[in-house]
Amino acid sequence: MNKTTDTILYLDGVSVSFDGFRAINNLSLVLNKGEMRAIIGPNGAGKTTMMDIITGKTRPDMGEVYFDGTHDLTRYDEADIAVLGIGRKFQKPTVFESHTVEDNIALSLKGPRVVLSTLFNRRSAEEASRIDAILATIRLEERRNELAFNLSHGQKQWLEIGMLLAQDPKLLLVDEPVAGMTDAETEETVRLLKDIARHHSVIVVEHDMHFVRELGVKVTCLHEGSVLSEGSLDRVSEDPRVIEVYLGR
Amino acid sequence: MIAARFLRDGIDRRIGLLLAILLAAAVLVPLLNLAVPPTSSFHMPTYLVALLGKYLCYAMLALSLDLVWGYCGILSLGHGAFFALGGYAMGMYLMRQIGARGVYGNPDLPDFMVFLNWKELPWYWYGFDQFWFAALMVMLAPGLLAFAFGWLAFRSRVTGVYLSIITQAMTYALLLAFFRNDMGFGGNNGLTDFKDILGFNLQARATRAALFSISALMLSGAVIITAALVSSKYGKLMIAVRDAESRTRFLGWRPENIKLFAFTISAVMAGIAGALYVPQVGIINPSEFSPANSIEIVIWTAVGGRGTILGPVIGAVAVNWGKSWFTAAMPELWLFALGGLFIAVTLLLPKGIVGTWDEWRAARRARRLPNELAPVSEPSLAEAAARTARHSIDPGPQPAE
Amino acid sequence: MKILRALCMFLLPLLLLPGAAHGQDASLGAIVAKFADAKKFDQTEALVRELGATGDPAVRPVLEALAEGNLHVRKADGTVFIVSEAGKEMKLIDPLSGETVGEASSSAMKKVRVNNGLRRLIRDVLSALTLGAKSANVRMAAVNTMFANPDPESIEALDAAIEVETDPAVKSRMEQARAAAVVLSDRPEKDRIDAVELLGSLGDRGVLSLLATVEANAEGDLKQAAANATAKIRSVLAAWDVAQNVWFGISLGSVLLLAAIGLAITFGVMGVINMAHGEMVMVGAYTTFVVQGAVRAFAPALHDWSLAFALPLAFLVAGAIGVAIERGIIRFLYGRPLETLLATWGVSLVLQQAVRTIFGPSNREVGNPSWMSGSFEIGHLAITWNRLWIVAFSLGVFALLLFIFNRTAWGLHMRAVTQNRRMASSMGIRTPWVDAFTFGLGSGIAGIAGVALSQVGNVSPNLGQGYIIDSFMVVVFGGVGNLWGTLLGAFSLGVANKFLEPYAGAVLGKIIVLVLIILFIQKRPRGLFALKGRSVEA
Repeated sequence: MNKTTDTILYLDGVSVSFDGFRAINNLSLVLNKGEMRAIIGPNGAGKTTMMDIITGKTRPDMGEVYFDGTHDLTRYDEADIAVLGIGRKFQKPTVFESHTVEDNIALSLKGPRVVLSTLFNRRSAEEASRIDAILATIRLEERRNELAFNLSHGQKQWLEIGMLLAQDPKLLLVDEPVAGMTDAETEETVRLLKDIARHHSVIVVEHDMHFVRELGVKVTCLHEGSVLSEGSLDRVSEDPRVIEVYLGR
Repeated sequence: MIAARFLRDGIDRRIGLLLAILLAAAVLVPLLNLAVPPTSSFHMPTYLVALLGKYLCYAMLALSLDLVWGYCGILSLGHGAFFALGGYAMGMYLMRQIGARGVYGNPDLPDFMVFLNWKELPWYWYGFDQFWFAALMVMLAPGLLAFAFGWLAFRSRVTGVYLSIITQAMTYALLLAFFRNDMGFGGNNGLTDFKDILGFNLQARATRAALFSISALMLSGAVIITAALVSSKYGKLMIAVRDAESRTRFLGWRPENIKLFAFTISAVMAGIAGALYVPQVGIINPSEFSPANSIEIVIWTAVGGRGTILGPVIGAVAVNWGKSWFTAAMPELWLFALGGLFIAVTLLLPKGIVGTWDEWRAARRARRLPNELAPVSEPSLAEAAARTARHSIDPGPQPAE
Repeated sequence: MKILRALCMFLLPLLLLPGAAHGQDASLGAIVAKFADAKKFDQTEALVRELGATGDPAVRPVLEALAEGNLHVRKADGTVFIVSEAGKEMKLIDPLSGETVGEASSSAMKKVRVNNGLRRLIRDVLSALTLGAKSANVRMAAVNTMFANPDPESIEALDAAIEVETDPAVKSRMEQARAAAVVLSDRPEKDRIDAVELLGSLGDRGVLSLLATVEANAEGDLKQAAANATAKIRSVLAAWDVAQNVWFGISLGSVLLLAAIGLAITFGVMGVINMAHGEMVMVGAYTTFVVQGAVRAFAPALHDWSLAFALPLAFLVAGAIGVAIERGIIRFLYGRPLETLLATWGVSLVLQQAVRTIFGPSNREVGNPSWMSGSFEIGHLAITWNRLWIVAFSLGVFALLLFIFNRTAWGLHMRAVTQNRRMASSMGIRTPWVDAFTFGLGSGIAGIAGVALSQVGNVSPNLGQGYIIDSFMVVVFGGVGNLWGTLLGAFSLGVANKFLEPYAGAVLGKIIVLVLIILFIQKRPRGLFALKGRSVEA
């Protein structure tokens, strides 16, 4: 079962098809512990489906998916995988809009996920300080008592990242974190992600090449469900196949 | 425990007012009925006591639906089934209390069984001559059904309209089943001709007044429990599931368990409402299972305002008061009025009375404090829920998934 | 052949009444006149035999009148008449010519008395008489009567008739009737065993009691043969029962298909839960009722065509209501399916009450046109024409919808709008109109379903309520957004229902089906034919 001890995520020969359409085709990808990786690729390249497979939403037709060396992710469902330590940010920011910013974080805090015990749960001092720390990180302290509904688009993206942080996952999957952000917000986000990457493994899916360049990490380009090119951004963006299908001439 | 903590933490002002009104009614209504002479203009006629008692049961039923629909996003079109099951459990106890005083004078069998030539009591009637057993069944029967149903449905992630439709099919199946004579629940006619409860004559004014008081107290209890539930962390999870189920799942929570607990609690509450309802109206029959009844509960909740504690209580009383008035004054127009109410509420008043009131107050406060960005304090759930709903309006129809 | 039949005519009386050879020279009139003097039953009996012995079809009315107590004697002159009562006065009819010859008060007439023994004799004589009738239908009817009431004494008559019979169907039926009679007779065991085997091969439910009698009274081989024949019949009947259940299931399925197919469009294509769908069916049924009333009032000759007028009208009426609902209510609620459900439920209540106010709460009857009444048989399967037409009609509607969806510009627009609304709109498709007309189409189809359903059930304001849950079950079971799924769902639910019915009873069968669907949905939440795809988040 040991797929080398220093990988956090190991995908090998993964394929999945929907009604005959191959969304993921013999995809292999290895992420080392502590690594941040950027995934690029045209629409329909299988980026979101890959995330679905990693988080247990979609079962692969074949192939191996291992997390942290030992956990076969194809055997778990979304909630189990989240507890194992994989957090996911959706493409469209998804937060609990009828809850306050603080409650959003509080519901995400790492801890036992037993429904009945939440009936009598009271917030401990330790949890309260965790929440304060996370709110500081995502710069939403001022708005902690506001409903998440009232946040701006960029703030919702940050709140969602904050919720991921609260989960304290080993691996974060971040889908298009800067879509719809201003330049200033994008820069903030870069700083935030780099900060997070110091203690976590991260996969970022993004179209914004400027943002990817700012991250300065290894890049994987997906096309038609498999890896087209992999390496530094400079190397990948000079790859003629990548230029052909994605970047354009 | 949980309720105690809720009381200690302080009660929302409006819920406090509601509780005060209910407690006052529990004391005053019997007084006005029993102690005030009929000639006095303060006298409350017995029929009114029974009518108000009925409304309180409906309010409790609406509250139980609100717990799953308003707070957890499960639109159950079969809540009438839980209400009726609780009612039948109570009805079975009341039938056993009749003893040999039935038309056929059979001490062992209820009249309808004698009529159907049954020789002995079916096994599932055992124990119903004991009040404690019946009281247990009032909660257990709807609770178990809801648990089994919810366990199957939520685990396989049946949501939205699909769930609504199968809850409707569930109550429809029960309707057909209870219409059958050989089910042993009195068939078409149901259970009726009750004599007494715990030794007190059901026809006596004092018993009826007491039943009213108990209903008011039980409703108060239900209000406290519901309020405590929704303000706990569990309550926040319910709302989280309602607003973004998959987000909740990807945070590691199990929405199916969250929903299952709410659904079961809600069914038990509906069952208790049914059990209180039956001795006050004196009959329980299969028509309580009809899908139309269950949808009516939804409109009570919607009129009052889902996602609020006060809303369903106000809605149930208001709509049923309207129904009583219409069916007396112009019965042929009642269905027009009810149908119109469905349309008007969904189109014009999606937040219900309470939600609209909150929005209006928030808007007024925002006008008064123009420098403040948004009304920060006292975030109303209904308000947010409604806005979330409106926020997510798609420009056009989507094919069902 | 004619000669043979004449011969039979000649022989038959001899067989029936060996001792009444003189009867044939006496004129019929003379025999009939003798009824005036028949004081005792045995005298009347002799006269009946004598009449039968003539073999003349002209005696039928006399014998029938006698059996019914309409043969009277005028007290004044002892003339025999058939009478028909009209108030106090009786119409007098000449027994042989059938002409009305006068009237008389009832007190002036005396009835020729009959008892049950005589009536039985008359029946036998009549059927023996008709075995020689000219029309094959009449002979068939007669032999059917004899088959149903086997009597060993008629064996000779049947033998004679079989001898001369030309119609193969009638002939084989005669042989069966003879076998039934032989079984009960005291003929040699071999003959009786043969007869039992012949009966056993028929697979007729009616023979079972006869065979049971034989089995109870006989011994040895005959008993065994009877038991075998019974088993054989039962297995044949079981097969026919299966066939019948399938047919009933298909018939129910076609009704479900009609009710559900409009829903498959509004729910499957547009995602709109229309709880008023059942009321669209009801509106269609009431349209049929109104059209039929109008046709009856203004052009009764066109009665058979009233459904043809009702079809387009029902489509238009229900469709127009559908468009009005879509424009007035549903379009404000897109993306909020639960609210749509509640609002359309409100619409259904209003429509129900409106119909109740206009037409009254009681059931209205819509007549079947002549080409939809009656039935025919295949083997032991009785198929009524209205059911058959509805099956054909439902399939026709289904084919039409498939055509509209896959082959017309409108269908293309509908599919385009549901797949990518914004793109469709920028291609110049008027999406609001497509929405409205798609909903109108679904409702109109429901109206058409109402026309068909008015032919198999009562038309009442609650008509739609009975179908709405079933229709949803069909759509959900079959898989949303897939017309073929709806077809398969409707027929499989129909057949499943009818197969459960004999074992569980109608109500319990329905409950079981509902429970099974509830379980099924939990196993496959998106129905039989669910489309898979990349999961949409949130």
